[in-house]
Amino acid sequence: MTTALDVSAIEVRDEIAAGRISAVEVCRAALDRASTINGELHAFNLVASEHALSRAAEIDRQRAAGQPLGPLAGVPVALKDNLCVRNMRTTASSRILETYVPPYTATAVERLEAAGAVIIGKTNCDEFAMGSSNENSAFGPVRNPWLRDRTPGGSSGGSAVAVAGQCAPIALGSDTGGSIRQPASFCGVVGLKPTYGRVSRYGLLAFASSLDQIGPFTRTVADAALTLGIIAGADSRDATSAETAVPDYAASLTGDIRGLRIGVPRAFVSEGVDPLVKSAFDAALATLQTLGATLVDIELPHARYAIPVYYLVCTAEASSNLARYDGVRYGYRAASAREHGLREMYSRTRDEGFGAEVKRRIVLGTYVLSAGYYDAFYLKALQVRTLMRRDYDSAFERVDVVAMPTSPIPPFKLGEKTDDPLQMYLADIFTVSANLVGLPGISIPCGFADDLPIGFQLLGRPFDEQTVLRAADAFERVTRWHSMKPPLNAV
Amino acid sequence: MSIDLSTADVERVAALAHLELTDEEKQLFTRQLADILHYAEQIQALDTAGVPATAHVNPTEHERDDTLLPSLAVEEAIASAPDAAPDAGLFRVPRVIGG
Repeated sequence: MTTALDVSAIEVRDEIAAGRISAVEVCRAALDRASTINGELHAFNLVASEHALSRAAEIDRQRAAGQPLGPLAGVPVALKDNLCVRNMRTTASSRILETYVPPYTATAVERLEAAGAVIIGKTNCDEFAMGSSNENSAFGPVRNPWLRDRTPGGSSGGSAVAVAGQCAPIALGSDTGGSIRQPASFCGVVGLKPTYGRVSRYGLLAFASSLDQIGPFTRTVADAALTLGIIAGADSRDATSAETAVPDYAASLTGDIRGLRIGVPRAFVSEGVDPLVKSAFDAALATLQTLGATLVDIELPHARYAIPVYYLVCTAEASSNLARYDGVRYGYRAASAREHGLREMYSRTRDEGFGAEVKRRIVLGTYVLSAGYYDAFYLKALQVRTLMRRDYDSAFERVDVVAMPTSPIPPFKLGEKTDDPLQMYLADIFTVSANLVGLPGISIPCGFADDLPIGFQLLGRPFDEQTVLRAADAFERVTRWHSMKPPLNAV
Repeated sequence: MSIDLSTADVERVAALAHLELTDEEKQLFTRQLADILHYAEQIQALDTAGVPATAHVNPTEHERDDTLLPSLAVEEAIASAPDAAPDAGLFRVPRVIGG
């Protein structure tokens, strides 16, 4: 049955619509696959068999009754475990939400289900999406399907592995500083972070509200375009969701990028990049050139400050967002707290409920917002954020997209960076800018470092996902990297 | 501004965030946060005089009519609470004063 999932979302949908396979058969294959790989890779926090099979049966009934089918009818989809689904346990991979069952569903998920998607489960991630290796999950790390002693990336590692491991052709993740693009790169799949405001954040457990954005993992650019078209668009329940009209993304996949101007920040990408990543990136640029694109050297003078700016801004926002987890309305409460006062209950609950990285970020964020440090750190970071934005504004006067590696290094070993948070943060150097500036970005496979996938990313102007998708699709049409599959035959 | 972060600073900030840290965590975080803040200090060398702050990239104001919409039923709202009083429709907490 693996063959039912060895294809794109579009192909699965078409096979079901044509009656060559039922939605229930596809669903069973997806659930089997998820359960099978989970033992070794730990990609899922929850495999929602009952929910999925009843949804799939409903799709089959609709088809049998001759009712119109949605654009994702019967397609299995995995969700990062920070996306709320009514009556489905949603934990953000945190002890503090280990038993949380949301009474409502995220808008992006509602839209997928309305399009006929079958939610098969919730994927493991770094706790509250804070991390770059998935090692911050309270329920244990996810492993990279290409090499088991490596990280799949983070924070949406489980979603990347669900797609790479053929459990589902689509998974949703969230990207606050690279949490979709970096694991996509590490697992050899496509990962799209839409423009800030393109997709409603309603029902996404908030980490850093000015940076968070929901987006898809897929194995093809066309599937990413299809998914984005379904989840994008204004939502009255998220005041930051944009009114900008949602175009027909599939129509932009023409394969023609003649005359496209691709900006390459040469100085920025020359430092600290692994030689194998660098050569894969250079080869990708050469391929884009042969397709008729023009490479333009650009300067992003403030890009080198992206890591400090990002970690000051995101921790400040996180310290505020995570204040809601206090052991009162939902989630974990410290057991011994009853006989103590309310304040002791709060602080004990939070110490026992949050993992080390989350606590580290709450303390850092509280510190940079506190009296005496606000101006020097938080406000200063917001001013440099403006300078970074101006860098991109002027670059986009000369180019249509900007290209750079997704990660400066190939997938690293589990445990390699856990003792040194700063080293872990530095690996995010190429992804965080898109969030600070609010740009759309896509990571697509472009090579291998020995047996480990490498991706590169294309960033576009705000709300110009079309050009980013068109360039990525044109690249995909003439390369085979996206069709390589991890060695999962043994499982 | 040069960073000289002490364990007492971490303790003070953790208390502001309602986090009770273990002694081990306090020691570890003091060292790690000092490293991170020291690294972040590089932005202070930049001249940002007159540069506005970007707290949000999409500052468009979205206002909607103040109309009453359906909201969660009380029993649903308290269903995930660690200590609810369902009959009263309330969340229960440890004593607030007198502790």
